[in-house]
Amino acid sequence: MTVGSPAVVIGILLSTVIVAAWLIWVERRMIGIWQDRLGPNRVGPLGLGQVVADMVKIFFKEDWIPPFADKPVFVIAPAIVMVTMLLGFVVVPFAPGVGVIDFNFGLLYFFALSSLAVYSQVLAGYASNNKYSLLGSLRAAAQSISYEVFMGLAAMGVVMLAGSFNLREIVEAQKDGWYVLPQFAGFLAFLVAAVAECHRAPFDLPEAEQEITGGFHTEYSGMKFGMFFVGEYLGITLNSAILVTLFFGGWLGPAFLPPLAWFILKTLVFILFFILLRAALARPRYDQFMSFGWKVMLPLTLANIVVTGAVGLSVP
Amino acid sequence: MAAPTTEHAETIVPALCRRFGGETFVQQTTADGIPTLWLPARILVETIRYLRSEIDRPYALLFDLTAVDERVRKHRDGMPASAYTVVYHLVSLERNADVRLKIALPETDPALPSIVAVCPAANWYEREVWDMFGIRFDGHPNLRRLIMPPTWQGHPLRKDHPARATEMEPFSLPDDVQQQEQEALRFVPEEWGMQRQSEDTDFLFLNLGPNHPSVHGVFRVALQLDGEEIVDAVPDIGYHHRGAEKMGERQSWHSYIPYTDRIDYLGGSMNNLPYVMAVEKLAGIEVPERARVIRVMISEFYRIASHLLFYGTFAQDVGQMSPIFYMFIDRERVFEIIESFTGARMHSSFFRIGGVAMDLPEGWDRLIREFIAYFPRRLAEYDKAVMANKLIQRRTRGIGAYTTTEAIDWSVTGAGLRATGLPWDYRKARPYSGYENFEFDVPTGTNGDCYDRCAVRVEEMRQSLRIIEQCVEHMPSGPYKAEHPLTTPPPKERTMHDIETLIQHFLSVSWGPVIPPGEVCVTIEATKGLNGYYLTSDGGTMSYRTRIRTPSFPHLQMIPLMSRGMMVADLIAILASIDFVMADVDR
Repeated sequence: MTVGSPAVVIGILLSTVIVAAWLIWVERRMIGIWQDRLGPNRVGPLGLGQVVADMVKIFFKEDWIPPFADKPVFVIAPAIVMVTMLLGFVVVPFAPGVGVIDFNFGLLYFFALSSLAVYSQVLAGYASNNKYSLLGSLRAAAQSISYEVFMGLAAMGVVMLAGSFNLREIVEAQKDGWYVLPQFAGFLAFLVAAVAECHRAPFDLPEAEQEITGGFHTEYSGMKFGMFFVGEYLGITLNSAILVTLFFGGWLGPAFLPPLAWFILKTLVFILFFILLRAALARPRYDQFMSFGWKVMLPLTLANIVVTGAVGLSVP
Repeated sequence: MAAPTTEHAETIVPALCRRFGGETFVQQTTADGIPTLWLPARILVETIRYLRSEIDRPYALLFDLTAVDERVRKHRDGMPASAYTVVYHLVSLERNADVRLKIALPETDPALPSIVAVCPAANWYEREVWDMFGIRFDGHPNLRRLIMPPTWQGHPLRKDHPARATEMEPFSLPDDVQQQEQEALRFVPEEWGMQRQSEDTDFLFLNLGPNHPSVHGVFRVALQLDGEEIVDAVPDIGYHHRGAEKMGERQSWHSYIPYTDRIDYLGGSMNNLPYVMAVEKLAGIEVPERARVIRVMISEFYRIASHLLFYGTFAQDVGQMSPIFYMFIDRERVFEIIESFTGARMHSSFFRIGGVAMDLPEGWDRLIREFIAYFPRRLAEYDKAVMANKLIQRRTRGIGAYTTTEAIDWSVTGAGLRATGLPWDYRKARPYSGYENFEFDVPTGTNGDCYDRCAVRVEEMRQSLRIIEQCVEHMPSGPYKAEHPLTTPPPKERTMHDIETLIQHFLSVSWGPVIPPGEVCVTIEATKGLNGYYLTSDGGTMSYRTRIRTPSFPHLQMIPLMSRGMMVADLIAILASIDFVMADVDR
């Protein structure tokens, strides 16, 4: 297997989409169990076929566009999140020899796509011509701007230690110890930012169902809504994968399992963590969330960079 | 209840006579012993001002404001002639006493001066009376229909307004009428007292509801926003109106009981309690001890069920997803217990005039004892998950706060009043149905904010459990229905042996009981505040007027005061903390 071979590319594309869709089932079952319920358990063994049933349903739903919406933008918006998130997987180093592209600026590329993804929410809210959607997209824009700043800064410590933006090199550099230990502050900040970037509860302010009835996707239904939905799960998977790559040694692990299995297992832990967060926490208010970002997380990441730099200079 | 009011009647009636002259008032006796005075309209505003602010220990709480269409009433002995009577019911918390004021109005163009200037809570009440009876309140700031649609013809609680669809023309909706109806619904900010723009901003108007995940039913708040900050919030109610009061005038005294279950639909049979107690007071029925304890026990179970739902939705509305599922499981256990006595879960309609529907089944206490052992552990868990959660605290502390004085000005009762620090619980202040025999505390808050309102209710569940425990330990023996001719249905065992009881049984099943004429108001501490039934009997098989005073109605009126200057997300927390159901507001 080599990075970028057609078989690998197709394999990654298919498996990410399938995993993201299957996550819907994982989330519903896990949350069900944590909430003393069963969750979907009727379609197929353990309810595994639920995703198929949902997809069939969502494909055959009327593809409705509100008459007051801005049609082209309304249609394009949900595709953006799918496309950017899928493109993000291009740089993910699944295992040695498994990946789409080995790219020197892999981390920067991930940040760039992560920023682009928010256009999906902003445009959806704008094109819906609905006040709830507008409030949702305002929140999405503000949230992304605030949290991207320190998401990038949080990863800079890792870059300084590894001396590279190349995700594969970052993984290789963790042979002697995962970066989660020297970069614990950076890890925490990155984790918070990742939840915010995926717009996941408790930071799901752009869609906050109880407040703005679904926010940017209020007017969406059928497959267009499904794309937001799958896009969100792609985002969870992607961000979990990047977290594992940056702080938990990527594919590295004891030899009794192949590298790819280690990578998948570690990613799965984070995916479950994302789901657990949703089941456990309440949602902060929008202004509290913003001030938390600017007043707590930003200074924390800046301090982390200063300390990492100082330690790096004093211990050559 | 009788003792404090009589004592007080001796002090407030002379005080009023001294202030306004003895010949101004006509006194009326009612079955509930509340001093009831007829007065001329010209001194109304002055009298209300006097009672609310001039005397010491004032009658500050406007408990109710309603009207009666008296045009076909036969038993009006000693009352001044009147086509429409407007009734003001004020309560003094310090004196623990009530006073009722009545004003007689003519048939043509009935009008009164508005008391909104001296009593802010009267705003919606006066609008409701205008809507339902067509009585004008001069000087009211915004006298528009409150509950019926703006295009409605007539005033539904007038006796000449049809009560059944069969009394009306078949319904049709031609295109032009539909067009008019839709036009009438168009949102015009000015009609709601809102500016479209200020000097530096154009405001955003947001229609929160009638369908919105967090408005707990069909309820609409029109929001005037500056960004996400609320400049003004105007509640709009009436979407859940079913005409419960009008139905009271065409159901027999007995067959109306199931309707009361659906007023505060989370309170189930607790809603029956003020109604049956009011009818019993009119009929002079003494309820046996066992029935009273069964009533208390079931009411407290419903209080727990209602508070659990509140607790879960409160957490959910501030974005916490899981608690409501755990609480529904507990709530299901409560319903299982209720079902084991009554055969129904949510609306058991278990109370009867003169007692309860049937005796407790054999082994009735097993499920309860299990629940008493189980529930405190769960509450302790929820304390950790919800009340001690920093995010929840940050979302709800200091949000939607009001003082005790503001609460009383706006007729707030129940947990919303106690959260401001005033330990006023009707079960303690005027024990009914034997609450004086139970040991329990009245939890209070300090800040009167969303968090405190929730904390008070959480503690109330523990107190309810204490009461239930005492019910189980000390359940008296004896009959579950009163030996009284008006008990409905009468004790069945005797009907097959004794011709008098058989006749009585036949009559009260085929006609319903005939309740002696009179007026009575009975109030209880319901799940959401004070719930009172003000019944007028004209000596028939049906009520002449059934007035349902519900706690949620005035609570919603306070939303603008609580939410101005807050964020949209805060409004959601405020709505959740009020704990209302729309059926309890619109009736």
